[in-house]
Amino acid sequence: MLDIHLKKNYGNFTVETAFTSEGHGVTALFGHSGSGKTSIINMIAGLVQPDQGRIVIDDRCVFDRAKGINLKPEKRRFGYVFQDGRLFPHLSIRSNLVYGMRRVKPGDRYIQFDQVVDLLGIEPLLERHPATLSGGEKQRVAIGRSLLTSPELLLMDEPLASLDVARKKEVLPFIGRLSSELSVPILYVSHSMDEIFNLADTLVFLSQGKTMAVDSLETVTARPDFQQIAGPMESGVVLSTLVQGHDSERGLTRMEFPGGVLKVPTMGAAVGQKVRIRIHSRDVAVSLKRPSQTSFQNIFPTTVTEVVKARNGDDLVDVSINVGSTADLPTGSLVRPPGCSSIIISTITRNALRELDLKPGMQIFAMIKAVSICSGNF
Amino acid sequence: MEFFKLTPLELEALKLSLWISGWAVLASLGPGILVAWVLARKQFPGKALVDGLVHLPLVVPPVVTGYMLLLLMGKRGLIGGWLFEMTGITFAFNWKGAALASAVMAFPLLVRAVRLSIEAVDQGLEQAAKTLGAGPVDLFFTVTLPLIFPGILTGIILAFARSLSEFGATITFVSNIPGETRTLPLALFSLTQMPDGEAGAMRLCIISIIVALIALTTSEILAKRMERRIKGEV
Repeated sequence: MLDIHLKKNYGNFTVETAFTSEGHGVTALFGHSGSGKTSIINMIAGLVQPDQGRIVIDDRCVFDRAKGINLKPEKRRFGYVFQDGRLFPHLSIRSNLVYGMRRVKPGDRYIQFDQVVDLLGIEPLLERHPATLSGGEKQRVAIGRSLLTSPELLLMDEPLASLDVARKKEVLPFIGRLSSELSVPILYVSHSMDEIFNLADTLVFLSQGKTMAVDSLETVTARPDFQQIAGPMESGVVLSTLVQGHDSERGLTRMEFPGGVLKVPTMGAAVGQKVRIRIHSRDVAVSLKRPSQTSFQNIFPTTVTEVVKARNGDDLVDVSINVGSTADLPTGSLVRPPGCSSIIISTITRNALRELDLKPGMQIFAMIKAVSICSGNF
Repeated sequence: MEFFKLTPLELEALKLSLWISGWAVLASLGPGILVAWVLARKQFPGKALVDGLVHLPLVVPPVVTGYMLLLLMGKRGLIGGWLFEMTGITFAFNWKGAALASAVMAFPLLVRAVRLSIEAVDQGLEQAAKTLGAGPVDLFFTVTLPLIFPGILTGIILAFARSLSEFGATITFVSNIPGETRTLPLALFSLTQMPDGEAGAMRLCIISIIVALIALTTSEILAKRMERRIKGEV
């Protein structure tokens, strides 16, 4: 159990956050650069002192302003993976890895050297020096070095931000395995929707130093203000789905979500498996009439719940629509019965909005191309 | 070749110079690194004054430094008198005094070199060490110190070279006593004052230049090698 309450004043900028999360899985801090993400993680690590608040993990208090508790970073037992790796240049990879481990009492170690080396695939690097490693290799070693302190919490500050796409794909799966295989709770700072979608269980959504929302990835991504931050290319919602069945004849997999069934191109997941689905707002089209003779595999009757105009000054509009159980909803109501409907978001042009004259409460149809749907396995 | 044969007096001056300079550097190394670290990393009231005091020997005439040492550290000096009464140790007119004078004169050079290298250390690495469980002293010896080694080496050589060439403060503080405080520069000075001392003076001149050149090139080579090792290129 992680319990964080923090406030710090930087002149005319105040960073403030409060959230609790379960003691396992990945909690992601998401926001623009300058939203206070790194500041918060530095306060948790003890590198920056908050003005007010408390930091408690599993009943162990490492900071409490009111009680005058302020553990030094070296006493907190939190691992920290920095954006830039920060391997010690004068030490070999092996010495880097055991630097923190040596400083932990053997009785407190729950992660073993061989385990980490295997998991991260860094055996061939052990006798080398940091200067000879690629960016992706350095980051894997940095992760290993933090893990070997057997941390009670692993802090990761955009560990993939300095890597190119290929290196990102190399490191990302390892991070996912940390929380599942080693059961290390992770606090993950990022402004990349890709990373969040693949890793996060809980999302802490920050904007300009304020905490806007703390909830599951599915719930937070359905918020219109979250879309503003994600940007036109990244915006979209995340749905939890259950694989219902495969239709090999038609080359489709049916996936059940709260509010309906999605058809996607055949995927490797087994029937009954939980799969996380991402639906980009730019891939959702809307129509006032049910379209016929179309390539869209997914057509849902929906209700408009919200229209958010003028994103960042450009000519796009986000339309939030409620899929499923639309008949039960009173016109214009934003309340949805849990479990039987989902919010998805469609980004359309200002001109399309004018032509369709969309208003909250209108019954419209949403169309999603099957091939546009991304999945992640969790 | 006969020209290069050192007289016992000249040999004594060379040995004494190396001995005194060695001690001067050895004794000022610890305090030098500490002062450099404090100046590089700490903010406190009066920091400018401390900085100024450290650099003073670099800018005042060496004779002033020597005279101040005489007043402070002499047998009847403010500190020297007390030290003599408590421990029986004195710096007055012996090689220890010459080493002290050399150390004080070389101190600013040592501190500058070390301070610059401390300021160049990425503090992010020290933060990383903290999150890995290293306390302040631990991280200084396992991260900061290895990273500033080339700077320390440069500081040592500079200080050593400065000690070898020390003249004004030494002759003012501990005088020019053969076998005790008569280092190379002082011996050279004495020879120039003697009617037939020209050959000896020239020999000492050449020796001074050779010793200085050896010190400088050695430091350059060692620092380069050290830097490569730290960056892991070897």
